[in-house]
Amino acid sequence: MRIPCPYCGLRDAHEFSYLGDATVSRPAPDMPDAQEAFFHYVYLRENPAGAHEELWYHAAGCRQWLVVSRDTRTHEISGASFARAPKADASHAEVKP
Amino acid sequence: MSHYSVLSIIANAFNGQKGWTPAWRDAAPKPVYDVIVVGGGGHGLATAYYLAKEHGIRNVAVLEKGHVGSGNAGRNTTIIRSNYLLPGNEPFYEWSMKLWEGLEQDLNYNAMVSQRGVLNLYHSDAQRDAYARRGNAMRLNGADSELLDRDQVREMAPFLNFDQSRFPIQGGLLQKRGGTARHDAVVWGYARAADRLGVDIIQNCEVTGFIRTGDAVVGVETTRGPIRAGKVGLAVAGSTSRLTRLLDMRLPIESHVLQAFVSEGLKPLVPGVITFGAGHFYISQSDKGGLVFGGDIDGYNSYAQRGNLPVIEDVCEAGMALFPRIGRLRILRHWGGIMDMSMDGSPIIDKTHLPGLYLNAGWCYGGFKATPASGWCFAHTLAKDAPHAFNAAFRLDRFRSGHLIDEKGVGAQPNLH
Ligand SMILES: [Zn+2]
Repeated sequence: MRIPCPYCGLRDAHEFSYLGDATVSRPAPDMPDAQEAFFHYVYLRENPAGAHEELWYHAAGCRQWLVVSRDTRTHEISGASFARAPKADASHAEVKP
Repeated sequence: MSHYSVLSIIANAFNGQKGWTPAWRDAAPKPVYDVIVVGGGGHGLATAYYLAKEHGIRNVAVLEKGHVGSGNAGRNTTIIRSNYLLPGNEPFYEWSMKLWEGLEQDLNYNAMVSQRGVLNLYHSDAQRDAYARRGNAMRLNGADSELLDRDQVREMAPFLNFDQSRFPIQGGLLQKRGGTARHDAVVWGYARAADRLGVDIIQNCEVTGFIRTGDAVVGVETTRGPIRAGKVGLAVAGSTSRLTRLLDMRLPIESHVLQAFVSEGLKPLVPGVITFGAGHFYISQSDKGGLVFGGDIDGYNSYAQRGNLPVIEDVCEAGMALFPRIGRLRILRHWGGIMDMSMDGSPIIDKTHLPGLYLNAGWCYGGFKATPASGWCFAHTLAKDAPHAFNAAFRLDRFRSGHLIDEKGVGAQPNLH
């Protein structure tokens, strides 16, 4: 399996580590039904047989978190993007020596 | 269908083997059953058998989407053991071990149960202490265990790399009653024994939907038409989420691919089952002579029944660290099965919030050894509408309530990498 990293190009899956379903999101701990929301977030999964949006970390590459679109029945990967979109304000990305 | 015995073998030897009949009927679905068990693997067939035998519920159908033995029943590494630590686990697995010990007489079928021993190696003082504790927990629950030192392990398995530079072998925890069984024979034996008690085993019958009355599940839609039932039990391993999605249920399960490997055949070399304590690797030798081994899941959601090369490399590296001479062997076959990895690494045998629907799932790496007790406990849960003490901890709602069974059965996301 090779993953098309938007920064590094097509790289072997060996360079990445997997976190799982990218569609779950961490609830706010102070919301009224936080306990129930955290139960869903931590444990429950759609676990689809088919299209799956999932988080991979390019540990041996650019060290970016990616959202990869993959078919769990065939392992075919249809695309990958950065999990966190680049900030529009470039001053935050300023690199200092 | 005749009883298998020495006499039946002799009689058939003299009539050109013409007296054998199919081991079970090729049943067509009836319109209604008392219980439908979805999944014709080891767990489903065992469930049907114990429903009929222990609870007198014989109007039972087992629905299998393919043929018996085509799923994980035919893809495992055949290890049986009861070397667990936690109170929720060990009584269940020890009951399974006891059922294995009487299985062949019970089923009248040679399942080739071979109690050749399971040896877990330890490689540090801390790991020795943990294994001593585990061994004591096993003995408290009626299982057997022996803590071996390095010399005792060397006597059993002189071919291991004792002085491996990073993980020298210091000893091991041995369960002599553990071992292996013939995986195909287990499902065939349960299928035949269930059939003899009146259970209908319906193959090539895939469940495509559920028949509902209000909240209740009162039957299933299948590729061979609708079938109604008083109760429906799911025992479909890696396909569990595929079925529960039809009911808008989300489960604490991810489906993952687990690969296994067998080498070319050798003369007897490995005496029992040996596991590496410093990595995930286990190995045994089949009766045909091939070394059967495996390790971690690939680690990403999958329904593909095949894995990728990084895990093959990882498993072989662990094997080489433990047992360098296997580097000369060729791998004859490798394959993948789809595991229902629960989020705490332990199984679920329980009722659900939907009346009439019962769930047997979340077996992670360890479904095969559990086959007899899983069927026995699921049958009890279906028949009595309540769990037996052996599966009382395998509740579906434990994830909500926080009563996890966090023994390192290793769930979907062990966060080791
Ligand atoms: Zn990258």
